Amino acid sequence: MSPDSPPAAITAPELPTSAPPGLLALFVAFAKMSLAGFGGVLVWARRGIVEQHRWMTAEEFNETFALCHFLPGPNIVNLSVVFGSRFRGIPGSIAAFAGLVGPPVVIVLFLAALYARFGEIDALRRILAGVSCAAVGLLISAVFRMMMPLIRKRDLVGVAVMAAVFVAIGLLRLPLPAVLLAAIPLSIAISFAMSRRATA
Amino acid sequence: MNSSGNPILTLVGTFALMSLFAVGGANSAIPEMHRIAVDVQHWMTDKQFADVFAISQLSPGPNVLIVTLIGYSVAGVAGALAATLAMCVPTAVLAYGVSRMLTRSTQSRWPAIVQAALVPLSIGLMGASGLILALTSDRTWVAGLVTATAAALAFATRLNPLWLLLAGGFLGFAGVI
Repeated sequence: MSPDSPPAAITAPELPTSAPPGLLALFVAFAKMSLAGFGGVLVWARRGIVEQHRWMTAEEFNETFALCHFLPGPNIVNLSVVFGSRFRGIPGSIAAFAGLVGPPVVIVLFLAALYARFGEIDALRRILAGVSCAAVGLLISAVFRMMMPLIRKRDLVGVAVMAAVFVAIGLLRLPLPAVLLAAIPLSIAISFAMSRRATA
Repeated sequence: MNSSGNPILTLVGTFALMSLFAVGGANSAIPEMHRIAVDVQHWMTDKQFADVFAISQLSPGPNVLIVTLIGYSVAGVAGALAATLAMCVPTAVLAYGVSRMLTRSTQSRWPAIVQAALVPLSIGLMGASGLILALTSDRTWVAGLVTATAAALAFATRLNPLWLLLAGGFLGFAGVI
């Protein structure tokens, strides 16, 4: 879609997209998604943008998210900026970003102040230790979910790249920039070669 | 604190660079955050790092909040805001630029190739995050079992993650872990 066409011009037959949101609407919508999102905002972002407000069709949302996922940095932050800019330019990005990050930062700073004051209390220490065990489990389950498509496709090259990065960062504890400066060109070269072989 | 100079500038430099290397999101950069915060700069202990991760998961919002908490522990509220913006702004500018470029030429097959190349990298990074966090949080075999159970439940069911976090907190409070 061209950057200038409002989503109202793209007519999805049974799910018409509504009028483009204003700055305040962007801020409020992203603040709501963010505050609903424990352990990841993406599900809520999809629900809010596609189903509730109908600012994008599911397909447009997937395309936008794919772009934000392959760029570095916090995915959902990228999404808020790209999404806001599609409707209201740079002020729109800032409104969406502020909505996404502002209210949770206030909450987390409040929790941090409590932790600094009461962090040495034994009961709180035990609770946090338990939460942290469960939170690590959630992260590990996300890793396995993401691995399943690679394994299902029997993508041996992908699995090898994944394993090499895991060893370099997780076991050898090498610095991230050094590892990625070697791994990114290599991995792109491999997938370029594979895509040529596939089309040849 | 070990670093010489202004701690805010150190935070900004650290996270602005990390922002551009966090392929797959903030959780992919956790090993790098741990390496810098615990091993290089000695901003916090292993245990505090595990606590900071737990607090960031307990609060609603994007995963980037762990950076807010690291900044807070180094230089208070100013440190928290500086670290958060440093982690978000460089990549946000990049995302804005790339999205404007891509909407003009969607015929290219390069986005698909780059994406296929980066997906396994980001999974490897997330896996390393899981390992490093498990090593910092799971100091007993019971703790390891709680992590494994939470992972299995989150993988196999559609349970709201908040319930698993609360269950973990309850087990901790009860003194099981």
